[in-house]
Amino acid sequence: MKDLLVYDGSFPGLLTAIFDVYERKLADVSIVREHLYHPDLYATVRTITRDTHKATRVWQGLQKKLATEIIDHFYKSFLSEAHNVEDTLLAFTRYVLGAPPGAERNFAHPAVLEVMQLSKKVHREKHRMEAFVRFQQAADGLYTATIEPDFNVLPLITGHFKDRYADQSWLIYDDKRSYGILYNEKDGQVMEVTAGVTHSATPGEDPDMASIVVHDHEAAYQTLWKTYFQTTSIDVRKNKKLHLRHVPTRYWRYLTEKAMAGP
Amino acid sequence: MWERIQEKLKILADAAKYDVSCSSSGSKRVNTDKGIGNTTESGICHSYTEDGRCVSLLKILLTNYCLYDCAYCVSRRSNDIQRAGFTVNEVVALTLNFYRRNYIEGLFLSSGIFKNPDYTMERLVRVAKTLRTLHRFNGYIHLKTIPGCSEELILEAATYADRLSVNIELPSEQSLRHLAPEKSKDSIIKPMSFLHHRITALADERKVIRHTPTFAPAGQSTQMVVGATPENDLQVMTIADSLYKKFGLRRVYYSGYVPVLADHRLPAPGTPVPMIRENRLYQTDWLLRFYKFSLHEVLNAQNPQLDLDIDPKLSWAFRNLDQFPVDINKADYEMILRVPGIGISSALKIIEARRFKTLNLADLRTLGVAFNRAKHFVYTSDNRPREVVAAVLRQQILQQSKYHTTLTPQMQLFT
Ligand code: SF4
Repeated sequence: MKDLLVYDGSFPGLLTAIFDVYERKLADVSIVREHLYHPDLYATVRTITRDTHKATRVWQGLQKKLATEIIDHFYKSFLSEAHNVEDTLLAFTRYVLGAPPGAERNFAHPAVLEVMQLSKKVHREKHRMEAFVRFQQAADGLYTATIEPDFNVLPLITGHFKDRYADQSWLIYDDKRSYGILYNEKDGQVMEVTAGVTHSATPGEDPDMASIVVHDHEAAYQTLWKTYFQTTSIDVRKNKKLHLRHVPTRYWRYLTEKAMAGP
Repeated sequence: MWERIQEKLKILADAAKYDVSCSSSGSKRVNTDKGIGNTTESGICHSYTEDGRCVSLLKILLTNYCLYDCAYCVSRRSNDIQRAGFTVNEVVALTLNFYRRNYIEGLFLSSGIFKNPDYTMERLVRVAKTLRTLHRFNGYIHLKTIPGCSEELILEAATYADRLSVNIELPSEQSLRHLAPEKSKDSIIKPMSFLHHRITALADERKVIRHTPTFAPAGQSTQMVVGATPENDLQVMTIADSLYKKFGLRRVYYSGYVPVLADHRLPAPGTPVPMIRENRLYQTDWLLRFYKFSLHEVLNAQNPQLDLDIDPKLSWAFRNLDQFPVDINKADYEMILRVPGIGISSALKIIEARRFKTLNLADLRTLGVAFNRAKHFVYTSDNRPREVVAAVLRQQILQQSKYHTTLTPQMQLFT
């Protein structure tokens, strides 16, 4: 019977599952995230408990074999949260660990191709988010932003924002996945926060960004930015199609210059 | 207070928008010592205008009061418009507050000339200095060099700015004299040449002494207005080519003239902006800088004007059919790069991939080549194209591209 490994959805969790596949020499196996798991009568279901030690061993094994750039693709494709991405990554791991060096560039292999394609998409959105995050300053000085990216890119953009906005505290909250990253200017650390423990919200309360009291100047700067944005377009050169290709409408909601309701 | 700032921003952003350069690239300034900001090598577009151009920098004039009367400029002295001016601190506050909200990569500051060139330049420098020293701002700063200002001010500007630019404005000295009587070719070329020498001298020093101060790390750029005056493309590109070669410019921008003013020396308002021409000029610019073409191959006395219907690379190929078809498995990189439909990245991939196997047509497709175009010009293990008849192929290509032309000056140069 087929084995079904259910894990917690975390990256170390997935690596632990891959470790188990090797350890138990499972052949016909599938890995699924907890919240996507549907009871399956025709499979032996095992729940994987995340294990740092096992995860590290798999990760080191991959790192030994693969260039950093490929390791990067591996991680990014995981963040795509694509349906069945776990099985793709398992197939990828099996293939590259068993094949001679260089196999990770064999795009004719379906798992290799899939990993590259997913990674590319995630990477593109990482860039978009670095550009499209819009902070609002709260009354207490904290700069907050809400995003709803297609993929789980927060881990990828942390470094960029930490380097750039080192002297201001900020919070970027992924509303789709209900967690955020909070940078504290005082200690220079970024920490992950989930609903309820975020700054400015009382414990247990949903961190509703809209209800955070904004800074006195906030509305003024938003208006100024919109004014700037509208002024800088040259009407006789208008090109709506091109505009939409660069700024797809699904991102508009959180773009200050595109938001319909003024502050 | 905010209404007043908003009013000024409207006027001064509007007056600055015809300068098309927007790039925030070419500099790798790191955020030291917990200040604010950094720059990335390739720059970031934070948004796009409705005409599809990148919004990366807060692009404004310090003031649109101007002593000069350049015919092509909305801010010219004789134009009856609303005038406004920011204070140094207002520009600093706007920049920082936009930056902190992740709206922009930095500031692009230019100005009309008030009182005199030095007085104006001194204010621009003061903005940059305040941002860098008082606020420890490490974002991108692009300053316009005011023609005719002193060399000391240019030097000081370069210690704070990532990029400096002085616009060449028009493609010939004659036109410049005609339309911008207060400016001279000299007042434009001199600061360019001066900066170039300082930048190269410092680069040499840097080889010996590690810690030379930062000095305009993103170099210089310039802009030329096309379509306002009668120069042909050969003249335009000859100037651009020599600016790249002589002064090591990072970018030359071509700005299709937007007729906003009624003036007998200029195209009448309502004349369409020469956007296709502008795009062809950018494409030519790329051929020179990245595709290893020399100017006379693309434009020469027999062909002084770029073809508006097809891109200059294809146009060159049609004039040089004797050099095709190219053997994908044998030809050198330079020649592969010249094949219509093959861009830089697919050319590199071809060179890489053919070491492992003999490439066929299907391989070209996976390597990202614009197949329908390239197939007429290459042979592979399984394809030998029929002889190309330029006129026929041209017709075909025009048919194909009719349905998806989105022209833009700065993007999608070759497919
Ligand atoms: S000097 Fe500059 S601002 Fe003044 S009119 Fe000429 S181009 Fe316009």
